[in-house]
Amino acid sequence: MTAILTAGLSLKPQYYDAALACRADGLWFEVHPENYLVAGGPRLQWLEAMRARHPISLHGVSLSLAADAEPDAAHLHRLAALAHRIEPALISEHLAWSTWRGAYHPDLLPFPRTNESLSRIIDNIARTQEALGRRIAIENPSHYVRIDHHEWDEIDFLTEIARRSGCGLLLDVNNVHVGACNLGYSAPHYLDRFPGDLVMEIHVAGHTPDPNLGESLLIDSHDAPVAPEVWALHKRLIDRIGARPTLIERDDNLPDFDTLLAERDIAEALAHASLVKEICV
Amino acid sequence: MSTALSRFQDSFAQALLAAEPDSASEVAALAHQPGFSVYRNTVMKGCIDALQANYPSVTRLVGEEWFRAAAAVYVRTHLPDDARMLCYGKQFAAFLEGFEPAAELSYLPDVARLDRLWTDVHAAPDQPPLDPLTISGFPPEQLAGIVLHPHPAARWAWFTEQPIYSIWRRNREAIEDDSEIEWQGEGVLLVRPHEVVTWTALDAAGCAFLDACNAGRPLADAAAAALGVNQETDLGLLLSGLLAAGAFGGMGKPATHAITEFS
Repeated sequence: MTAILTAGLSLKPQYYDAALACRADGLWFEVHPENYLVAGGPRLQWLEAMRARHPISLHGVSLSLAADAEPDAAHLHRLAALAHRIEPALISEHLAWSTWRGAYHPDLLPFPRTNESLSRIIDNIARTQEALGRRIAIENPSHYVRIDHHEWDEIDFLTEIARRSGCGLLLDVNNVHVGACNLGYSAPHYLDRFPGDLVMEIHVAGHTPDPNLGESLLIDSHDAPVAPEVWALHKRLIDRIGARPTLIERDDNLPDFDTLLAERDIAEALAHASLVKEICV
Repeated sequence: MSTALSRFQDSFAQALLAAEPDSASEVAALAHQPGFSVYRNTVMKGCIDALQANYPSVTRLVGEEWFRAAAAVYVRTHLPDDARMLCYGKQFAAFLEGFEPAAELSYLPDVARLDRLWTDVHAAPDQPPLDPLTISGFPPEQLAGIVLHPHPAARWAWFTEQPIYSIWRRNREAIEDDSEIEWQGEGVLLVRPHEVVTWTALDAAGCAFLDACNAGRPLADAAAAALGVNQETDLGLLLSGLLAAGAFGGMGKPATHAITEFS
């Protein structure tokens, strides 16, 4: 029997004891695998102990799938070894690049959505899924700059990637909101067009206005509670496509664990309402 | 063959670190958009945060502001070559050696080296330490021919000129202690019993002993190396101390003989 994942939380070392002891229904945790790609030692033991209690999702930030190069073979090999050891419920990555010509830029960088980048990304995802022996989910990025030479709309691009590589999608609702504000498109319209049957996981998170430019440039900072408008978008999405495993993504300015659990209750309640609705229809 | 995507990524990567984006570059217009600074700031902050996390003793010694300014200089010439940020900063100690504003702080590079050894020990492979009882049954003449392999999570270093271990320890442990440190050479052994990195002072003879073991030399040679550094070395005490600390992971015979692993 597979446990049903409802709402999950980003797992930070500060939460280790509280997270290990927590018995909330459907709770799961997400980590960046890059922090656990070590030969041995306390980090791996810590993650294994957590895995014995809760489902774990590996959310990669560095495979650089949109770089015009194959994913680093050693990195992919280490990721596969970690996945074998942890047996995660989900594995995901980003529609972005970060490693280029041997240098790692710790961010999720944008690129033109062209036929050329489409082929490269599909090939890179295929290599990744082959190395891992499983389907992964690809996350829609946040946007901060306007790129003029896109040949593809983002949703069409993601759908084509999923269709041709067999991967699923991770829909980050906060990224949609941030991108819509920064580039001036409609977030509800974007969500309404997103292919629900491909969504394996949803992310919600907090964002902050740029310290210099204010509300005209929102930053996907993961350092604040989920904003009410993002919750509203999330509800709109799952009213249409149904509930999915949903992560409250928090990486900075960390509150205490109970505060995060209370925020998780919001996602949990929305998921239950959606499930009840599905059963009653 | 240069593709449009690789040209874009070459230009974008260059603009991320450049003070002024190249106006002829493919991404010049993009790099002038206000949002481009988000990428620039995120990359720089991610690298500096990682260096600060990996070099806590150096940070405490020089203060956060000084450290982050020095780190920013390092980042511009040494981007990570590995996405595991725990590994970032391999050349930081060497960088500090040539970093003019740190010229007065001659101990700083070696303190950075100890922070680096801590990380190596923290992430090293798991292996049970060699049980001290394993070698207690050997008669002395056989013991001399045995090779002890240092534990994969053991690191040691001897610093001839300066009390690097005392300086590092005071800052790594965040000890509030302004008392004078005796200015002399010092060494240290770092190990990871029970999944926690621990450290203890180790003299030059002890470090020479472990160096010989690490080179695959039998105990007789390791003992000679230790005595070569300090004739007064109590070899029994040294060996039992290293065994008790968990500095060894296994034992065997010298490489010239048939190797039998007992671990």
